[in-house]
Amino acid sequence: MGGDFPRGKSAIAGLATFGVGEAPGFSSMELTARAALLAVEDAGLRIDAIDALFICQPDDFFAGLSFAEYLGLSPRFTDNNRTGGSAFMSHIITAVMMLEAGYIDTALIAYGSNQRTNGGKLATSIKPNSWDAPYRPLFPLSSYALAAARHMHEYGTTREQLAEVAVAARQWANTNPEAFAKGPLSIEECLASRIISSPISVRDCCLVTDGAAAIVLTRTDRARDLPRPVVPVLGAAAATWWNSIAQASDVTTTAAAESGPRAYHAAGIGPADVQTVQLYDAFTINTVLFLEDLGFCPKGEGGRFVSGGTIAPGGTLPVNTNGGGMSYCHPGMYGLFAIVEAARQIRGEAANQLGKIDVALAHGNGGTLSSQATVILGSADTL
Amino acid sequence: MDGMTGGPEAQWRAALADGRFLLQRAISSGTVFFPPRVMEPGTGETDLEWVEATGLGHIYSLTWVSQKPPVPPYNVAIVRLDEGAQLMSRIEGANPETLRIGQRVRAKIGTQDDGAPILLFEPTGH
Repeated sequence: MGGDFPRGKSAIAGLATFGVGEAPGFSSMELTARAALLAVEDAGLRIDAIDALFICQPDDFFAGLSFAEYLGLSPRFTDNNRTGGSAFMSHIITAVMMLEAGYIDTALIAYGSNQRTNGGKLATSIKPNSWDAPYRPLFPLSSYALAAARHMHEYGTTREQLAEVAVAARQWANTNPEAFAKGPLSIEECLASRIISSPISVRDCCLVTDGAAAIVLTRTDRARDLPRPVVPVLGAAAATWWNSIAQASDVTTTAAAESGPRAYHAAGIGPADVQTVQLYDAFTINTVLFLEDLGFCPKGEGGRFVSGGTIAPGGTLPVNTNGGGMSYCHPGMYGLFAIVEAARQIRGEAANQLGKIDVALAHGNGGTLSSQATVILGSADTL
Repeated sequence: MDGMTGGPEAQWRAALADGRFLLQRAISSGTVFFPPRVMEPGTGETDLEWVEATGLGHIYSLTWVSQKPPVPPYNVAIVRLDEGAQLMSRIEGANPETLRIGQRVRAKIGTQDDGAPILLFEPTGH
């Protein structure tokens, strides 16, 4: 067997973000707990209804324990997954399975970081492994640069095409009041920005911001009795192919090429059914790679696909409609924010609402293109 | 692996300090892999032997890390060895104008600032 997924049996019943951008004076746990409280309130519940906690803080190895203590809960289950920015998609998988089994009743998935106002330093202690470290790759940036360089070499992808990703993200952010980075951004400006680790320049990189997000999951039959529109989880899958980019047999293809098809299979849909894509754009090359790997264009065509505003406002495939990690927020790990935006689109309350959305995909990336996890959310009409 | 002590990583590092670049090979499958492990990745086979690497391979991918001028950029490469194994390294004796993905390279053993040996590569003549 393997691969079975209880399609639509669990749903996001509440969601929230807090402190997106700059939240001076807040600790990471304070931001996380504020988002958690707002999400629980959004679900029409009290915090003591939560019986399972899922969290992955950048600065706290024992974050699950700290979170339980902070909230004053004694959860039946606590998960502190360490697959990086994809952890939150994996949290959904675990929570859905546990909800379906009746092992838990109400799961809270949360994340928060004060990475920007806490001195602007990356609140992470993650380092390259002992085999890679002597060569001083910038972590994680050089790993993405190695993927981008090979993608350019094999498929003719250009810096102009990568810049299209950053410009599209900014255009979405410009009409999202919550987004941190706003204002005009041109392809030329991106191309003129300083190269950090070739071919990646400053404008190919995500933001460094504060911010927190949280979602509440429960069984869909119960979620229907709660105040907000249900956002059922139609399918989800996670895949891990390597840790160090140096061990990738093909750096131009990520494990999203596995997690995507498995998630589609679980949901009973394909890429053509997806109305909006929210993906983890730590660097511009991510968007190109994931759109290919998730089946929105053939391998190698991602650069051409994103050109000409395809993924920007008014384009044929709305991607990262909140502005993404490039221009909305990136507090160390972005995965949960992609999920929240996908759910907001389905609930009809996104800042850049696309109309009625019934199927939205949220994709998370962890490590250095290492861990990939895909979640497909639907509306009540998809059940 | 007679005469070698400790786990595979320690054995590999001891050999490097002796000026030798070793790779592990699974005897039953013939697969050569890196980094060193206690078993063949993917199969769990433990019938492993050390072989001398040819030291030859090519640049699979390449990035130049900028530094504050006038300090020149340094490169970080993924080298694909002719044996099939792959690793991160630095290509010495090269510059951003001429070094390319696909370039043939040969291993050499250098010394880090702390005196530890380090596996490096340099372009082959052709």
